Amino acid sequence: MSAGLREPLPVRAILVIAALVYVFVMLLLPLGAVMFEALRKGWPVWLAAVSQGDARASIGLTLLVAAISVPLNTIFGVACAWAIAKFQFRGKALLTALIELPFSVSPVVSGLVFVLLFGAQGWLGPWLEAHDIRIIFALPGLVLATLFVTFPFVARQLIPLMTAQGSASEEAALTLGASGWQAFWRVTLPNIRFGLLYGVLLCNARAMGEFGAVSVVSGHIRGETNTMPLQVEALYNDYDFVGAFAVASLLALLALVTLALKSALEWKHRDELAAGH
Amino acid sequence: MSIRVERLSKSFSAYPALNDVSLSVDAGEFVALLGPSGSGKTTLLRILAGLETPECGTVWFDRRDVTFDGPASRGIGFVFQQYALFGHMSVAGNIAFGLEVMPRGSRPPKLEIARRVDQLLELVQLSGLGKRYPSQLSGGQRQRVALARALARQPRILLLDEPFGALDAKVRRELRGALRQIHDELGLTSIFVTHDQEEAFALADRVALLNEGRIEQFAAPAEVQRQPASDFVTSFIE
Repeated sequence: MSAGLREPLPVRAILVIAALVYVFVMLLLPLGAVMFEALRKGWPVWLAAVSQGDARASIGLTLLVAAISVPLNTIFGVACAWAIAKFQFRGKALLTALIELPFSVSPVVSGLVFVLLFGAQGWLGPWLEAHDIRIIFALPGLVLATLFVTFPFVARQLIPLMTAQGSASEEAALTLGASGWQAFWRVTLPNIRFGLLYGVLLCNARAMGEFGAVSVVSGHIRGETNTMPLQVEALYNDYDFVGAFAVASLLALLALVTLALKSALEWKHRDELAAGH
Repeated sequence: MSIRVERLSKSFSAYPALNDVSLSVDAGEFVALLGPSGSGKTTLLRILAGLETPECGTVWFDRRDVTFDGPASRGIGFVFQQYALFGHMSVAGNIAFGLEVMPRGSRPPKLEIARRVDQLLELVQLSGLGKRYPSQLSGGQRQRVALARALARQPRILLLDEPFGALDAKVRRELRGALRQIHDELGLTSIFVTHDQEEAFALADRVALLNEGRIEQFAAPAEVQRQPASDFVTSFIE
């Protein structure tokens, strides 16, 4: 520690203890409680709860929504970050601010927007009904709401990274005879691969865990339009606590796997990260 | 290959970076663009590379008008100021890059590419370092890799942006000699940007002195010293 930062021992001890207690109470305790409640009646009951028909359907639906929205937001996130970091254009500041919008808008409002647009009473409702297209209370609505809420993750991760890297590598590739496409695949993408991966992992975690926006557009039809978070709520409201905590524990597990993957990647590539690429 | 630029102008937002610049470089010449920062020398070099487009004026390589050609089709080699090596590729991968992105029909076979890479490593005196990564090299070695990479597709024109800027004095002198030798050996036409007049005078056949987007004088080092063309030149070279 540098001489300028030599706090007296009691101050340091208080700070460290306060941080640890806070993390324990706010983060570890709830997570532990979920796991404990889920397994309170033993493995067989847990297994039965997560393999029950509606629970299985909710798991499948959650995975499907994530499988559609994460790749889409990855592609658009990279495109947005590329445009913002490497080009000068009018409205750039506005675009940068807009990307953050889903973070500052309440998820419930994000969901309502789509109901307003595509719902039975919505602007496009009559037209959709006439053509027998279902968006709200169906998979397309769930995907749209998830796309909206998880849009910023990839772009936000990449914009500072790509801005810092500048365009020299791409320019070098061009002077060496590469096409724009080749420069992107062979130079840009490898340069941002870790940032991109973090963004995708975070995007995925949120896509699977999103409740508010999805809740508004879902319609809560069990076995059909309930994703895992919605299924947890439904079971909880039925006083089926074991079932609710069992599905919740799966969700928590997904989050932990995401975190573990991110940490493992950081550790495995720590030299490259320290070297700045 | 000769290079001729006619009445180039380019401005960034409000201030002019190049103001009606004309310049003619003979085939085989080694030319320095010398000037203080903001004088437009890097902009001129980047326009020659196709990395910037002039607002008006023309760039000729021999009899070919390349003003609006992209950098990929100009047949130049470019050495960037901070080298811009690809950090995720080995030294050999960096040098082979220009050959590997060629369209399938004209791309040399793998063995031929490997042979070219070895030749280039030898040319820049880095034999045996092909498997290393840029982060494992010294500044001088990185600069040599950047040079080898730029030469892989056998360009007739070599453009260098402050090629020795980031190096200490001893390495700088070594590399200067090596660069001049490679230039002569391959019969290149080379243009490099520098703000160091000692370096420009030691290395170049002719020196173009730039100030505020204009060329103040374009002549051999001895002549610049004997007969400075303007007050700016006199004060800049003393």
